[in-house]
Formats: sequence, C-alpha cells, structure tokens
Amino acid sequence: MKNLFSIIKLTVATLILFAVIYPLAIYGIAQIAPNQGKGETISVNGKVVGYQKIGQKFDKSNYFRGRPSTVDYNAAGSAGSNKGPSNPDYLALVQKRIDTLLLVHPYLKKSDIPSDMVTASGSGLDPNISPQGALIQVKRIAKERKLDEAKVKALVESKINTAVVGPETVNVLELNVALDALR
Amino acid sequence: MNTELLGVIGIFLLTIVLAIPLGKYIAKVYLGDKTLFDPIFNPIEKFIFKISGINPAEEMNWKQHLKALLSINMVWFFLCFFVLLFQGSLPLNPDNNPSMTPDLAFNTAISFLVNCNLQHYSGESGVSYLSQIVLMFLQFVSAGIGMAAAAMIFTAMKERTTEQLGNFYNYFIKSCTRVLLPLSAIVAIALVFSGTPMTFEGKDAITTLQGDHVEVSRGPAAAFIAIKHIGTNGGGFFGANSAHPLENPTYFTNGVELWAQMIIPFAMIFALGFFLNKRKLSNIIFGVMTVGFLLLVVPTVMSEINGNPAIEKMGIAQTTGAMEGKEVRFGPAISGFWSIATTVISTGSVNSMHDSSMPISGAMQLLSMMVNAFYGGCGVGILNYYIFIILAVFISGLMVGRTPEFLGKKIEAREVKIAAFIAILHPLLILAGTALASYFAAHDTAMGYWFSGNATGWLNNPGNHGFSEMLYEYTSSAANNGSGFEGLGDNNPFWNITTGIVLLLSRFIPIIGPLAIAGLLAGKKYIPESAGTLKTDTSIFGIMTFAVIAIIAALSFFPALALGPLAEYFTLK
Repeated sequence: MKNLFSIIKLTVATLILFAVIYPLAIYGIAQIAPNQGKGETISVNGKVVGYQKIGQKFDKSNYFRGRPSTVDYNAAGSAGSNKGPSNPDYLALVQKRIDTLLLVHPYLKKSDIPSDMVTASGSGLDPNISPQGALIQVKRIAKERKLDEAKVKALVESKINTAVVGPETVNVLELNVALDALR
Repeated sequence: MNTELLGVIGIFLLTIVLAIPLGKYIAKVYLGDKTLFDPIFNPIEKFIFKISGINPAEEMNWKQHLKALLSINMVWFFLCFFVLLFQGSLPLNPDNNPSMTPDLAFNTAISFLVNCNLQHYSGESGVSYLSQIVLMFLQFVSAGIGMAAAAMIFTAMKERTTEQLGNFYNYFIKSCTRVLLPLSAIVAIALVFSGTPMTFEGKDAITTLQGDHVEVSRGPAAAFIAIKHIGTNGGGFFGANSAHPLENPTYFTNGVELWAQMIIPFAMIFALGFFLNKRKLSNIIFGVMTVGFLLLVVPTVMSEINGNPAIEKMGIAQTTGAMEGKEVRFGPAISGFWSIATTVISTGSVNSMHDSSMPISGAMQLLSMMVNAFYGGCGVGILNYYIFIILAVFISGLMVGRTPEFLGKKIEAREVKIAAFIAILHPLLILAGTALASYFAAHDTAMGYWFSGNATGWLNNPGNHGFSEMLYEYTSSAANNGSGFEGLGDNNPFWNITTGIVLLLSRFIPIIGPLAIAGLLAGKKYIPESAGTLKTDTSIFGIMTFAVIAIIAALSFFPALALGPLAEYFTLK
C-alpha cells in the first residue's frame, strides 16, 4: 500500500514536470516564433486568406490547381486515400483525374503530367505541387486571365522553392496570391 | 532526385555521428557519473524523489524492478483511460470534441501506455487538448520505462555476481529528465520556429482566396510532436501524423523528426558499450543492425522512386516517383526511408501513407516490424536483440561443442526456454490475430456488436492488399509500432479490443523475459574468459546472430508476406 501511494505521488510529480511545465515552457518560447505559434498566415489587403503551410481548394478555372485531396482540403481533418497501388477502383479514379486534366488543358500530352497532379497527398492538405505541375497549367491561366504566357511562366519560375537537398516545390496559395497581383 | 538521396544519406550519417557522444552521456547517467548537467537536474530529481518518498539509492533485484514497472504502468493506465472516457466534459476542449467510447478509450490508453500509439481516432476530432497532454505525458514515461528496463539489463551484464541491479525509479526518472526532456525541448523549439503551432486557441475559421469557408485545426502540437519522436512513440497530434503540413511543415523539420526518432535507439547501443566498457561488442551489434536496416531500406527507396507501374501504363511520367499518399515537399526518396526507419524503430509515425506504398515497400515495412530487433524502440530495441543474442549463443555453443556462455555467465536451459518463448510469442500474436480477422473477412461474417456490418466492410482495398491491411495492423500492434495501413476501419470493438490485447501481451512479456534472463544470469557465478570461451564481440558471432534473426523471421512470416504484398507485387508488374 505504501508502495502504491509512492507511485501515485511520483506520477503526480512527473505529471507536473512533463504535462505542465514542459508544454508551458514551449508555449512561452512560441510567443517569439512566427505568429506566436498560432500558425503562419497569408493576408491580402489585411485580410487573412489562408495558412501558409495548409493547402486549400482551387477549383476555379482562373487559379492554379493543387493536388487531388481525399478530404477536399477540409483543414479541420486530414487524411490520405489509403488506396493500395493495385486497387482497380483507385486506378479508375486516377484515369478519371488524367482525363479531367486533359479536358481542361487540351494542349497537354499525357507524358507531360507529373504523377503528383493525379495522386492524392498523404494529408489531403498538401500546400505544394511540383514545378512541372504548375508549368503545365501556365497556358490555361494565361488564356483565362488574358495575360501574356511568358509573364505567367516567369511568375511560376519565380515561385519555385529550391533547396540544397530535397525536392523542388511550388506553394499553390502563394503562387495564386502573386497571380492575383499580376497585371 | 540526386539531392533527395543526398538528404537521406546525410540524415542517417549525422544521426550515427551524434549517437556516439549521446551514448557516452547516457552510460554516464546510468553509472551515476558526473555530467555537465548535474547542477540543473540534481535538484529537480531530488525534489521528485522527496515528495514521492522514494529512496533512489535503494538497490533492487530483478523481481523488484518488474513489480515497480508493472504497478506504475497500471496507475498510468487508469489515469489515461478515465481522462479519455470523460474528455468531453473535462476542461481544455475548445473544439468540443466528444468523449471516447469505452473500447476506443481502452485501446488508446493501452496503446500510449505501451509506447505503441496505434491511433484508432483522428487527432483533430477525436481528442481534447487535455487528452493530448495526458497522452503526451505517457509518451514521456513509456519511453522512460523502456530505457529503465534496458538500464537494468546493462547493470546485470556487468562481470560480477550479484542480485543487486540498481534502483528502478532512479533509472526511470533519470531517463526522463536527463535524456528525453532536454532532447524534446530542442526538437520542439526547432519545430515551433519552422511553423508548427503551439497554441491553446482552438480551430480557426477563414475564408480562402477563392472564397470558400474553411476551419483549420491547431493546438499545442510542437511539444507533443517532439516527444512523439524522441520517445519513439509515433502517435500524431493530427490525423495524418507527420504527413500533416503543420505537424511536419518543411523538408528541414522532416530531417529533424527523422533524426529525433533514430537518435536514442542508436545511442542506447553505444551506451551499452560505454557502460560495460565493451566498445567492440556494441560496435558489432550496431553493425549487424545497420546491415539489416540497409537491406530493408534500399529496395523500399528504389521502388518508391520508380513509381507505380500501373499509373505508368496509363502514360503518366513517374519522374516524381510514387506520389499517392505522399507530400510534394518530401518526395519519394525520404518518404521511403522514413517508412523503414519508423517501422524498424518502433516509432510508427508516418510522413506518407503506408497503405499506398508500393508492394515491395509494404513488404519491407512489414518485415521491419516482424524482425523487430534492428535498432528498435527506446530501450526495448536492445531488449529484443538481447533475446536473439541468447539464442545465438546457445546455438553456436551447440555447434562447436562448448558450454554456451555470454559475458562470463553460463546460459542454461531456463534462460534458453524463456528466450525461445519470447521469440515465438511475436509471430504467434501476429499470425493468430491475422488468421482470426481473415477468417471473418473471408466468410464476410456478420459481426454484430463487434463491427457494424459484415467483416469485409473494414477493408479499404480488395484482394491481396486487403489481406496486407489486416496483417499490418496486428504486426504493428505486436511490434508496438503504431503505424498502420490506415485504410482499415479499425475504430470498432473488434479491432480496438483484439489489438488492445495484443498490445499488452507484446509489450510486457518481451520486457519481463529479458529482465528475467538478465536477472538470473547476474546471480550466476562469473567465469573469467579463457581460450575455450566463445567470443561474442566478433563479426563471426555478429553474422551468427543475424542468421538466427533471419531464419526465425523467414520461417514464421514468409507465407503471410507471400499472400499479401508479394502476391500484389507480381499482379502489378
């Protein structure tokens, strides 16, 4: 019995250290982090239009599209499709996505489409696409917005994030915000 | 693609290089030697021991260690179970998430208690912030328990005859305060400054650029995610785990989180060498584990980079590799590497959805958990490997006709029986569970209370892949890993309760076994090394241990792997 009380007291003491002091310390440090640890946001004319790290749905034809999402970019949840690579229903869905992309971009060859544009991301909230995924949409966007194609292409290229290691990415929200600002 | 491979190799090497000094430090902590941080930690630990009335200098034998370990775990189970069961009406619940059902609370409490973190809920909608913090507490202490068990075994391996194996609470508290806490704080700070939230405000509501209304889940995530990896727990704050852009925002944080989950398992092996002053032994162990690890990593990374042949047939270029279930900021190379790191080292966090991995990768992920002895989780990894050392010593002893000895202690029938039992328990739990679930799925049984609807309803994929989903769930439970082929519909009494039982058995029995063996050996007479001793710190003995591991895994699991991922591989070609 004495042992049990010791264990309970030990549990309380460790609870205070690991479940109160530790998170509060990190919370305190977060106050000097970007946006006080509430998540970085992107604003247009002082109005928050999204979180920089969280992908959002773009299905209007005058915006660059992101990747397919299992949760339809609902950021109050997150999930991948969890479809296996040989699942026939899944492969039919991929075929449908390819057909849609070709329909919207009649100028495209299948071999130009990168696989990230026809597969759902792990979180359903992927904020990025591959540079190739953005470049294949340039012609459509230029036509839709009556802009010079070379100008849109230059915009995409300026938004490609390169790093010393790791894949090149384009943040779709940042790209579309910049696109709105383009005259 | 080349820079992606460079990233993988860089992270791996950096972890090894830093694990050596950390191992030295951990050895010092357990030996009670002076370290730089004594002025900070001595008063904290003194205070904790004083108010709980525990004397950390009191020596315990192996049975007392076990008793302390099991009783404290019981207290934690009830604490967590009741918080989850009533979270809906408890404070710190800004998103108004509901209380858990009893079977889900049972499964969740156990799975965090045993360092597994199988999650049959989604973080955004399934738990309150209070529950997240209590779960985080379990992430600290369950990792501390594993390390304390390993520390007792280190003490028992010393070349002397004794029943006195140090104090359990001393090892446990020091593992938490001196190793887990400072490392977690460093990782948490790195995450906070890279964009991971650490806030107690609930969901945010915004209007997106094209005008949709969206709610964005946030929370005190950074502190949680740090210990999730440092303690090789793996339970995600958000549903998508480390694939979620707030849980793992950049390629840099991905590297930090990979480093964080590998560093302690690596360091514990080096700690063994420093603790016993047998560097060569720990180098051989590390070498064997690394060979095993690389044999699993290389095919996985290659098959992910090569992409999905079925999509390639549709005419889509696979230049960016297999991207279903993966995030663009990570790419296929490091996602493949992560999937093996996290399964080899019972973390179970994911940065891509394993259910959508290529068949060969799925086979390798399963195999990593089936072997369950390369690196392994915080502390318990070395316990699992210890069992295979005992078996290898016994078998090689028989082969060369010498009395089996390990570090100057005779290995006799009792120890070998315990080791064999532990080695067989793991496949037994996996295969029996999978057989049960497959039987129901094959007959499409109406499950009544256990599952709403017929059994095939819990599968997200047909055919061989569906079988892999069930196999993966029990393998992950038995390896205390916690990752999943998450398509499986697992939040129901059938899966919550069956995996809960597997979790309990496969956590505590593989701790009790090695502790018992080590305790029994420590009490035996020490026989100094002679010309007739079988040397255990040679590469020949390393190969022998590897062979034992490989043979047991192959004999137990090949049929199951053939029915699941291997069959899928051949149908996909």
